[in-house]
Amino acid sequence: MLKDTLSGLAGRPRALDGVLEQAGQIILGKDHEIRLAVACLLADGHLLIEDLPGMGKTTLAHTLARLLGLQFSRIQFTSDLLPADITGVSVFERDKSTFRFLPGPVFAQLVLADEINRATPKTQSALLEAMEEGQVTAEGQTRMLPTPFFVIATQNPAHQIGTFPLPESQLDRFLMRLELGYPERGAERALLAAGGQRARVEQLTPVLGAEQLPDLQREAAATHAAGPLIDYVQALVEATRQNPAFQHGLSPRAGLALLAAARAWAWLAGRDMVLPDDVQAVLPAVARHRLRSAQGGGYAQAEDIAALIRSVAIP
Amino acid sequence: MSTPASEALDRHATPWLFAAALATTAPHAIHQPVWLTSLSAVLLGWAVWLWWKDERLPGRWIIVLLVAGGCAGILAEFRSLFGRDAGVAMLVMFMCMKLLELRSRRDAMVIVTLGYFLLLTHYFYSQSIPTGVWLLAAMWLVTATLVRLHGGPASATRDTLRYAGMLCLQAIPFMLVLYLLFPRISGPLWGLPTDAHAGKTGLSDTMSPGSIAQLAQSGEIAFRVRFEGSQPPKQKLYWRGPVMEQFDGTTWRRYEGRHPAAKLETLSPPIRYETTLEPHNQPWLLALDAPTALPDDAILTGSLTTISRKPINERQRFRLAASLDYRFNPSEEPPVLRRNLALPDDSNPRTRALAAQWRAGNAPEAVIAKALALFAADFTYTLRPPLLGRNGVDEFLFQSKRGFCEHYAAAFVTLMRAAGIPARVVGGYQGGEYNPLDQYLVVRQSDAHAWAEVWLDGKGWVRVDPTAAVSPDRIETGIADALGAGEPLPVFIQMRADWVRTLRYRWEAINNAWNQQVLGYDPDRQREVLARLGLVDTDWRSLAIALGSACGLLVAGLMAWALYQRPERDPVVRLWHKALRHLARRKVDCAPWETPHALLQRVRAEQPDLAEPFQRVVDAYLAARYGNTDNPLQPLRDAIAQLPR
Repeated sequence: MLKDTLSGLAGRPRALDGVLEQAGQIILGKDHEIRLAVACLLADGHLLIEDLPGMGKTTLAHTLARLLGLQFSRIQFTSDLLPADITGVSVFERDKSTFRFLPGPVFAQLVLADEINRATPKTQSALLEAMEEGQVTAEGQTRMLPTPFFVIATQNPAHQIGTFPLPESQLDRFLMRLELGYPERGAERALLAAGGQRARVEQLTPVLGAEQLPDLQREAAATHAAGPLIDYVQALVEATRQNPAFQHGLSPRAGLALLAAARAWAWLAGRDMVLPDDVQAVLPAVARHRLRSAQGGGYAQAEDIAALIRSVAIP
Repeated sequence: MSTPASEALDRHATPWLFAAALATTAPHAIHQPVWLTSLSAVLLGWAVWLWWKDERLPGRWIIVLLVAGGCAGILAEFRSLFGRDAGVAMLVMFMCMKLLELRSRRDAMVIVTLGYFLLLTHYFYSQSIPTGVWLLAAMWLVTATLVRLHGGPASATRDTLRYAGMLCLQAIPFMLVLYLLFPRISGPLWGLPTDAHAGKTGLSDTMSPGSIAQLAQSGEIAFRVRFEGSQPPKQKLYWRGPVMEQFDGTTWRRYEGRHPAAKLETLSPPIRYETTLEPHNQPWLLALDAPTALPDDAILTGSLTTISRKPINERQRFRLAASLDYRFNPSEEPPVLRRNLALPDDSNPRTRALAAQWRAGNAPEAVIAKALALFAADFTYTLRPPLLGRNGVDEFLFQSKRGFCEHYAAAFVTLMRAAGIPARVVGGYQGGEYNPLDQYLVVRQSDAHAWAEVWLDGKGWVRVDPTAAVSPDRIETGIADALGAGEPLPVFIQMRADWVRTLRYRWEAINNAWNQQVLGYDPDRQREVLARLGLVDTDWRSLAIALGSACGLLVAGLMAWALYQRPERDPVVRLWHKALRHLARRKVDCAPWETPHALLQRVRAEQPDLAEPFQRVVDAYLAARYGNTDNPLQPLRDAIAQLPR
């Protein structure tokens, strides 16, 4: 991994090293994806995991919630899910003759929105509003969500039956989008031998408390990004706008997201400065769902992102 | 038909090509036949329409038919496919047809190349300031098109234009150096097609009623004169062209045979001047009467006309001198006198009768006075005289009594010959307009004039201008004052408001400066300029050396400027590049997008012995460049110093 190659610059122990290590024992052979997911949460961003059913999406979300000591709730999205099923409803209490608000599952520190693209756009947008605003407006009253507040949404590939694809404006609210992919041969052998990992998730003990996470986020966000590095981020963003492989380029908000993700990645590596390697490492996860391929119109191809990186000189 | 995607033309680049084609062909519409202009417009419009609708381009056989039809039309029109007019017409047509074939980048490059070539062809027709300005702008546009073709779809219009403008501006110093130092060739541009000078007219060598009146309706400039010292009075400025001695009843012609040499006696000090003739395809230099000093390549005929050895078909400058008072051939040879007494036998009986009546008992001077008095009495000076029949002079003298200078000159000479006084018609220009802004006298086609010359015993040939008797204003102030309102003179000559006149003076002064300084930069001028620069006695070899070294200096200057403009390199980056050069010597090259860590991985794989020291360089470099330290250079220097040689 990255840490091996860095001698004097890195290797500073981080409070989240334990999270990475333990999660790696649950989700086998997916160290890079786990690190990206943790970096995403560290950069205070929401995460979208897209893959076929059974690839470990839910397990990953569950594992992270346990290890980070976060209050966890899970919403299984279906086509008949209503916005109130997420945000909560008021019920009449006969003995007090008042309405009492029963908070929905969104009032949790880590929300796993499973198969988000199976719900109708109206329901999707109720969750997405909560993600953007950090608050929920139900029955005329605005209620703050807990902090920290993360959404890990999973999604089945768009071509599956009965899906409502997320519009671009809502995809933009996810800092990163990951694909887990099939495990490696050795990892899969180990997984089969262990007979599934779900049970082990329940036995995990939190590595740190939920109240520590905001401090770590602040620390990661303060990671030094020098002028040349910001130039590099800008050059990459500009290159997406001029590259004919994409229908349109990255927005300034996407540029900010890229830098924040790179900072978290650098912090996780135990460094106090961001390097071009960090930017290159997070770029596919940050950029692919924000770009449209000029051919076919789906997400940008991984090869196109690789070509994009090769087209921009490091300042 | 399919083209490889990499070579396919970007759809958004096409409007640039349309604009370039339009800018480079449009000015040719002024002189090309209407059918060709219409064909080009239709082809261009078709191409634009196909592009707009995203339709398929026409098939190959349609293009072949179009080319064949167009070439046949040009062959029919010009009787040739070569030469200036036909050649340019072909290029314009091909340019517009190529727009229907825009499939790949290669087609677009053909348009651009053809566009640059078409820019040049405009100079065959006009070298005026507006042409120059238009062609500069068109060159900018064609260059911008070229930039756009290489720029890709993302380049903004403004950036493209700015970049092309920069390129053009950088070319200007080279243009000036080439202009000043490229060996000049005197006379016409070499290699110019033979029909390049067609259509430039001026005073003709024959005169019939109406011929000069027609010329006088043109406001074009015939020549410009600058006097050394003060300017002589206007009424004395007679610019002599052809002398016409033979009359067939309607038309006066030059005598084609040999004249005895002119014997000239000057009576006043010579006036020196420089004249710049516009091309008129005739040999005469239109020298001021009477010429006393001639340029090298000119000769003086027996009838005192200064002629050049070649027709004037390029704008040319001559230095001359003239004496306004002179005596010319006081003893003339009898054959010449006989020729100047001849009249067609059976024409103009009333004129002959009148002359015979005058002749009886009167000296020649008295006959002349009588004739002038007759004109002064009740004749009208007009550009629109009635048509005259067989006995034109009779009709003019006794019935219409309206005419232009050629009518008066012809009638006067007829009268004189009938009265036994040798006389002939002289064509040329009279007067001119003095431009106070650049001290040049401008003589226009509207100043074209005809007067008479009579031979008096002892005095020789004496100029008599019968027009002066009819309309003294014509000679003293100019044609615009001599003619009433409603005469068909060019509008701007008639307008006499002060601001119009000032504006016209200014424009003509600018044009003249352009002609004299820029277009008139001939071998002599070049020698003068180079002498001022310290290069005396230049031949083509020294010019070539000067040209080469000046261009070399310019290139060096531009490169120095570009280097100076480059942002100063961060010392950290400079040290890093030093380290990369170390690696390059060990056959490890760093791609621009490769991060130092990625490079380090490769060094580990390819040059394991370098890995350890290079890792220290990478760490020091990354800390210096991306870290937050105060004095980052020293560790990096140390690490680089430890790299094995």
